[in-house]
Amino acid sequence: MRYNPPSPLETPVLSRRFRLPNSQSIDTYLATDGYKGFEKATGMTQDEIIGEVKTSILRGRGGAGFPTGMKWGFVPRTSPKPKYIVVNADESEPGTCKDRLLIEFDPHQLIEGVLIAGLAVGAQQGYIYIRGEFRYLIGVMDKAIDEAYAKGYLGDNILGKGIKFHLATHSGAGAYECGEESALLESLEGKRGNPRIRPPFPAVAGAYQCPTILNNVETFCAVPAIILNGGLWYAGLGTPKNGGTRMFCLSGHVNKPGVYELPMGFNLMRMINEVGGGIRGGKKLKAVVPGGSSCPILKADECDLAMDYDTVAAAKSMLGSGGVVVLDEDTCMVNFALRIMRFYAHESCGWCIPCREGTTWLKKLLTRFHEGQGQRSDIVMIGDLSRNMLGRTFCPLGDAAAMPTIAIVEKFREEFEAHLDGKPCPYENIGSRLVTGNGLAA
Amino acid sequence: MTFSPELEARFEKFLAKYPADRKRSAVIPMLVYAQDETEAITQELIEEVAKRCGVTQLQVDEVVGFYSMLHKKPQGKFHVQICTNISCLLVGGAELWEQACKKTGIGHKQNSADGRISLEEVECIGACSWAPAVQVNYDFYHFVTPGQLDKLLDGLAAGKKPEEITDVKKVSC
Repeated sequence: MRYNPPSPLETPVLSRRFRLPNSQSIDTYLATDGYKGFEKATGMTQDEIIGEVKTSILRGRGGAGFPTGMKWGFVPRTSPKPKYIVVNADESEPGTCKDRLLIEFDPHQLIEGVLIAGLAVGAQQGYIYIRGEFRYLIGVMDKAIDEAYAKGYLGDNILGKGIKFHLATHSGAGAYECGEESALLESLEGKRGNPRIRPPFPAVAGAYQCPTILNNVETFCAVPAIILNGGLWYAGLGTPKNGGTRMFCLSGHVNKPGVYELPMGFNLMRMINEVGGGIRGGKKLKAVVPGGSSCPILKADECDLAMDYDTVAAAKSMLGSGGVVVLDEDTCMVNFALRIMRFYAHESCGWCIPCREGTTWLKKLLTRFHEGQGQRSDIVMIGDLSRNMLGRTFCPLGDAAAMPTIAIVEKFREEFEAHLDGKPCPYENIGSRLVTGNGLAA
Repeated sequence: MTFSPELEARFEKFLAKYPADRKRSAVIPMLVYAQDETEAITQELIEEVAKRCGVTQLQVDEVVGFYSMLHKKPQGKFHVQICTNISCLLVGGAELWEQACKKTGIGHKQNSADGRISLEEVECIGACSWAPAVQVNYDFYHFVTPGQLDKLLDGLAAGKKPEEITDVKKVSC
């Protein structure tokens, strides 16, 4: 079962099998339209498959929101090189815990999505890159892959139709940076997870320098339903230019944290109050991180908005990876900014200087601030340092560290000022934060 | 170097997954599984993995330094990892971390004297909606309360296995 009770406001598409017994097994999968999308796709041309994905307006669920059909269309199908499908299951953006569920409770849906992508570009090999900490998921996935081979959905002659596709899991070993597509490919090749300079993009030179489709778990998982029910049906579930549903990971100071599948464009305040049961302890909302730690924070009065890529972008933040982190009025924003920066300083791969040095110095400055030793000029310096990282790094990790920091300093400057001149953190003695989640704890 | 038959079988599978001239791809999976058996990444293991994957020792060693899960020093029999990243921080993850340090008398990436427990303050482990979260070796614990953490650490210190500790249940299948 899932780890939180479902909400009646959900639109279960990707998560519709989660509540079934033995939802991981191929028998359950086949009994609930499993592999029917793939079978349908075997009767379609490559252009038809890619066209259907384009019609669905499915956008990359890893964070960037790039149109999936367009990404698939970039693969040079006439290239004599082998082509690869790579699944990014290196889920590690703070606030995000959806891919774990999609693999744990419906691994065959992912296999089917990968198979359809394979048909779309003529690939015969796929890899699922799973973060090393998710060791048990590698077991779940390997078992599902074995079942798919046994039933003829993977192999040299799939369903007797002469289709060849092989699939394997690949374990990471602890590195946030490997969630970045080019660093993931380096890691898949057995190297340090440093990003590559692009172009060329993975569609042209990805795994082993061959044309590669690389998408997030959730993106592939949406594909079987799109092929089976049609791109228009999927697009209609969301808002214009933002097709389908989204796995939102609600966490922080809400009464009912959990992963909920909601239509694209679902209102953020409704998500907090109606899906999440409101703020714990009757406190007031202070701010929300709308899509994982790298997304600029929204103040409470900015949160009445539709959760789709374009609306959140218009509010100068990002829908990101779907990690919605809710902060109540007692949260110290200096401490919060510091924790985010500690993370990015730890995870910077060190390959390029603006990110390696920038995150380290920002961590030092924020630590000094939080300890009450901050200087007024530091507030400006934190903003300057962050802005100097933006767009000056090989990969988006530098931006991911800078963007939330800039937003927190701009929107909560008074909290930084409250820490000046050796004053103790005003939120220090608010009391224990520990409240048991939703009564499910053992 | 000899490994258990299970690990040998796993290695064989790893090497078969990748194109014949791309055995280097197996380096990281091999290390991450082998260190569970050898307790740490030793020079001998580095040489063995390099030989089997057809790469230089340096090419293996350089990844060991990069990935946070790969360790050259043995960890405790039970590696207790406490997340203090944002979602856990907001609901008491940092307090759990302090509690664990105080209770065990050890700190970040340190082992207890008897080698049973090691602690690590970890970055996001992907359990944000069920925070605060703890991992013991590869098992997840969600919505961990201070009382449960106490029981877990007491039980492990007394020589129990995690599954023998009452009121503290791992969540994953």
